[in-house]
Amino acid sequence: MRDLYPSGFDSFILPFMIGMTFVLCWCGIGAVRVIAELDREDRKKFFLSFLNPKILGKNIRDWFCDCLFHVKLWKRNKLLGYMHSSIAFGWFMIIVIGHIEVFIYTPERIHRMWYPIFFRYFVAVTESTMKGSFFFFLMDFFLLMILSGIILAMVKRVRSRLFGMRRTTRASLTDLIGLYALWSIFPLRLLAEGFTADISGGSFLTKSLNMVLHSFMSDSMNALPVWWAYSIALGVFMCILPFSRYMHIPAEILLIPLRNAGIKLKHEDKGVARAELYSCPSCGVCIDTCPLSAVPANSRDATVYLNRQLKRHNEKRIDQISEKCMLCGKCSVVCPVGVEGDKIRIAHRSRKKYSIAHDYSLIDEGKFIGNMTEKRRVLYFMGCMTALTPAIRKAVTAIMDKAGEDYTIMDGDGGICCGRPMLVAGRKDAAMEMIEKNTKIIKSSGASVLLVNCPICYKIFKENYSLEGIEILHHTEFIDRLVSEGRIAIDRSETKYVYHDPCELGRGCGIYDQPRNVVAAAGTLVEADVNGKESICCGGSIGSLSLGFDKRKALTENALKHLTCGSPDAIVTACPLCKTTFNRYSDRPVADIAEVTAERLI
Amino acid sequence: MMNIFGFRLSASSAIDMDKVDRTLFDKLCAEEPDARRCMSCGSCSATCPAGEFTGMSVRKVLHNLQRGKEREALKMVSSCMLCGKCNMVCPRGINTRHLILSVCRIYKTEESR
Repeated sequence: MRDLYPSGFDSFILPFMIGMTFVLCWCGIGAVRVIAELDREDRKKFFLSFLNPKILGKNIRDWFCDCLFHVKLWKRNKLLGYMHSSIAFGWFMIIVIGHIEVFIYTPERIHRMWYPIFFRYFVAVTESTMKGSFFFFLMDFFLLMILSGIILAMVKRVRSRLFGMRRTTRASLTDLIGLYALWSIFPLRLLAEGFTADISGGSFLTKSLNMVLHSFMSDSMNALPVWWAYSIALGVFMCILPFSRYMHIPAEILLIPLRNAGIKLKHEDKGVARAELYSCPSCGVCIDTCPLSAVPANSRDATVYLNRQLKRHNEKRIDQISEKCMLCGKCSVVCPVGVEGDKIRIAHRSRKKYSIAHDYSLIDEGKFIGNMTEKRRVLYFMGCMTALTPAIRKAVTAIMDKAGEDYTIMDGDGGICCGRPMLVAGRKDAAMEMIEKNTKIIKSSGASVLLVNCPICYKIFKENYSLEGIEILHHTEFIDRLVSEGRIAIDRSETKYVYHDPCELGRGCGIYDQPRNVVAAAGTLVEADVNGKESICCGGSIGSLSLGFDKRKALTENALKHLTCGSPDAIVTACPLCKTTFNRYSDRPVADIAEVTAERLI
Repeated sequence: MMNIFGFRLSASSAIDMDKVDRTLFDKLCAEEPDARRCMSCGSCSATCPAGEFTGMSVRKVLHNLQRGKEREALKMVSSCMLCGKCNMVCPRGINTRHLILSVCRIYKTEESR
C-alpha cells in the first residue's frame, strides 16, 4: 500500500463534496421537519419504536428488503426487480466496501468523506496479495452488477413491456437530469478506475479495460479529466436529487420506521404524508394497476401524478385527481414503497370547506330503537345499497331462517346510512354523527352479532365504530361459518362461478378465503386473471365523487373482461353495489353470494 | 278572526320568477351541468333514506333552488347522508352526490351570509 498523494486531496473531489453536503443537509432538515409535523403522541410513539427490538428488527429487515433488494418488485417482475436491486444493492456494496478499504489501509483518513469514493485515485493497493485482489474483485463485481442494471434501465426506457409495464411515468425535467446523471456515474467510474488499474491495480473489469484502451489510458494526462467527470456526475446527481424522483432513496429510509411504528396518515401533506410523497419513486406501477386507466386519458390521474402535483402545489389538479379516484386502494397495495394513495386523497378531500353544514337533528334514531323490543342474537344491518337489491335481503333472511338463527333486521324499512360514503367524501364530522346514531341503535338492541352484507358498511363498522362485545360479521363469513358448523348444507352444482373480490371487502378488510369456500361449496370456482389483492374495482364505487354515470361504463366493461376470461357461467360477488354495477353490462348472470347459497340450500 | 269558520285564507304561494335572484343557481349549473338534466321523475325522492325524516329529495332541492326558495332547499340538503342511492336509481345518470356537495359549497345559509 502506498499513498499516491500524501496530501490526500485533489480539487476534483469538490463537485462531489458540494453535492454530498447539500443532499445531507437537505435530507437532515427534511427528516426533522417530517418528525416535527407529527402529533405529540405520534412523535413519542415513533421514538419509542426504536427501543422495541421487534419493531427495530422489522425496520432493519424492511430497510434491506425494500430499499436494497426491492423484494416487492421482484415479485411483480423478475427483470424489473433485478434492474432496481442491482443498482441499489450494488451501489450500497461499493460504498460499504470503499469504507472497509479505507478503514483497513488508511484508517487515519476515515474522516475524509471522499476517500471511500475516490480511494483508487489516492491510494495504491497491491493486487498481488490475497487480501488486495479480493477487494479489487469485489469492487469490480459490484460495479459490473450496477452496469448491468443501468443497461436494463436504458432498455426499459425504450421497451417497458419487457419489464411487465404497459405504461410508464412521463418523466419531468428534473427526473431526466437525475436519470442521465445516474446513468453516467458508473461508466465514468469504470473508466476512471481503468486509468489507475496499472498503477494501483485492478481486477477483471478495470484491468481489462486498461489493456483494451491501453493507448488512451497509458497517457496519465487523460486521467484527471475522467476523475473530474466522475465527480461532476456524482455532484449533479446529488444536487438534483431532492427535486427529482430519486428523493425516494433517502425518503424511504424514514418512511419505513414511520410505518412500522404504526403512525397513521392524518394530514394530506404533512408528517407521514410528506414522507410518503417524497418516497414515491415515480415508478408508475400504479398507472397500469389503476382501474381508471382502462380509459387511457385517465392514466394522468394515477397516484404517481397526484404526488407530482402535490409537490408542485397545483391545487386545481390535486382537487380533480382526488375527487375522481374510486378509492379502491389498489395502488396502495401494489406500491413498492407503500404510498397510500387512497388515504392521501381522503385527507385532501377533508380540507374542502362546505358552507352548508350537515344537520341530522330530524333523523331520529329513537324510531329504530322503539321497533326492536325483543332481544335477538343477530342484528342484521342491510345498508342503503341492499335496500335497492331486495333479492339479497331475501336470500340472507332465507339462509338465516333455514339455519334457525334468531335475528332481527335493523333497517328493514329504511335506515340511517353507515357513514362510510360521507367519511370518504372527507366530511368526518357528519360521518361521526351517523356513527353515533347507529351505535345507539345497535347497542340498545342487545344483539351479540352484527351481520352486514355490504362491504362498504362492514369496513366502517370494523374501523370506526366502537362496538365492544358485539361481533361484526360480513355475510360471507357468516355463511361460511354456518356451512362449516353444519347448520346449513349447500347442494353442489356443476355451474362454473367466478368470484369477484369487492374492494372494500378484500383489500379493505382482508377477507378473501371465506367467500371462496362458500362459492366452491355451491359449484366450481374459477378465478379471474387478476383477483384477490389486485381485484379490479367494478366501477360503481361510491369512493369517486366526480366520476359521472357515463364515464363508468368503460371501467365496468374492463373489469368484466378480466373477470370472465375463465368463461364462467355466472359471476358471484359479495357487495350489493358491485352486483348492481355488473348487472348493467354483464352478458351473464351476476348474483350475490347469498343468492347463490339460498338457491341451493338443502 | 280568520279562523272562526274553520278555515282561513293563506298567502299566495305563487313565485314571481322575475324577482328570483338566479346568480347562484346559474353558477351551480355551470359547475354541474347535470342540474339541468333532471326530469323530476322522483326516483331520488322515493329512495332517499333521509327523506323519511326530513322530506329530503334531490328533485325538490333542484326545484326549490331554481325557484329561489333557497331556505327550504338548503334545509333539505343539510340532512343528506351522501349514501348514493339516488345516484344509483337516477334514470338520467345524474351524479347526485357531487351535485349535492356543490350545492353545499356554492350556497350559504342566511346566518352565515
